[in-house]
Amino acid sequence: MYASTVRGLLVRGMLAGLIAGLFAFAVAYVVGEPPVRGSIAVEEATAAKEAAPAAGHAGHGGAEAAPAAGEEEELVSRPVQSTVGLATGVLVYGVALGGIASLAFSFVLGRVGGFSPRATAALTAAGAFTTVYFVPFLKYPASPPAVGNPDTIGQRTTLFFLMILLSVLLGVGAIILGRRLAPRLGNWNATLAAGGGFVVAAALAFLVLPDNTDAVKPEFPAALLWEFRVASVTVQVVMWVVFGIVFGVLAQRLLGRRTDPAGAQATAPQPASALG
Amino acid sequence: MAEAVASAAVSAPALSPSAPLPVRAVLPWALFVGLLMLVALYFVGAEQGATAVFSGEGVHEWVHDGRHLLGFPCH
Repeated sequence: MYASTVRGLLVRGMLAGLIAGLFAFAVAYVVGEPPVRGSIAVEEATAAKEAAPAAGHAGHGGAEAAPAAGEEEELVSRPVQSTVGLATGVLVYGVALGGIASLAFSFVLGRVGGFSPRATAALTAAGAFTTVYFVPFLKYPASPPAVGNPDTIGQRTTLFFLMILLSVLLGVGAIILGRRLAPRLGNWNATLAAGGGFVVAAALAFLVLPDNTDAVKPEFPAALLWEFRVASVTVQVVMWVVFGIVFGVLAQRLLGRRTDPAGAQATAPQPASALG
Repeated sequence: MAEAVASAAVSAPALSPSAPLPVRAVLPWALFVGLLMLVALYFVGAEQGATAVFSGEGVHEWVHDGRHLLGFPCH
């Protein structure tokens, strides 16, 4: 009985993630593609500049080979990358994280205070945005094409995923801490204390983890980098706001007509059906 | 699905919409579907970048713009 409720929530989470992904894709296409295009233009200009002197000094160009931007573009054309390719990435991301968020929702529902399913969905979305995207972004911000050396991709990816893992674990820890403190401090102060603990722990993680060894080069246009990063944050904000709203509605509707699996023999009436 | 649950237990008392779901009921879904979702995220975020299941650059190039804009290190 409960399993079918969890499955129902999971399906709705993935559906809400798909809808959120569609909105996020629209935003990514409109505000994200211009700075991506601009960065690729910078990348090509830099590659062309590096190629010109290398031709003069034969035998010197091997180690400093320019990123093979030209070759990459032949495999999947730019028009495909910026439309179908972008949609694939954003939609799969939305569905996958929507599913995971609905599972997290199933764990926290009724365990983090007296929130309705709709409010729990909104909090889950806010928590997912913060821990999966925003906190890792503060340490290792999203970077446009042309930033980053292919030789360091392994290290950068490991650190980025490690940062996500840490931030999610710290978020879970903060929730547990908040629930433990609530009886003593009251809900408001316990929430503040847990939130403060999360900020301090995340700041410590920022200090302990190594800096990005392959930061943005000074000659990369600052305005373009800013435009790209604002676009990246906007895409994620839109994704999680839409997910929180849509999943909240769907979860509220599913859970609102839930009946006690313990069955008809339960004699005490459940007064809480008016909740939410 | 959920409709079937509602009709099968039509005589059962209503349950609070916010009543916790037993961890036992959530765990199998979290393990199997959660893992599947993580694999999907891996293909969007890291395949043919840091590590590769498939050789070549096809997956990387296909999701290239999404990978950058979603915040993953791409190349």
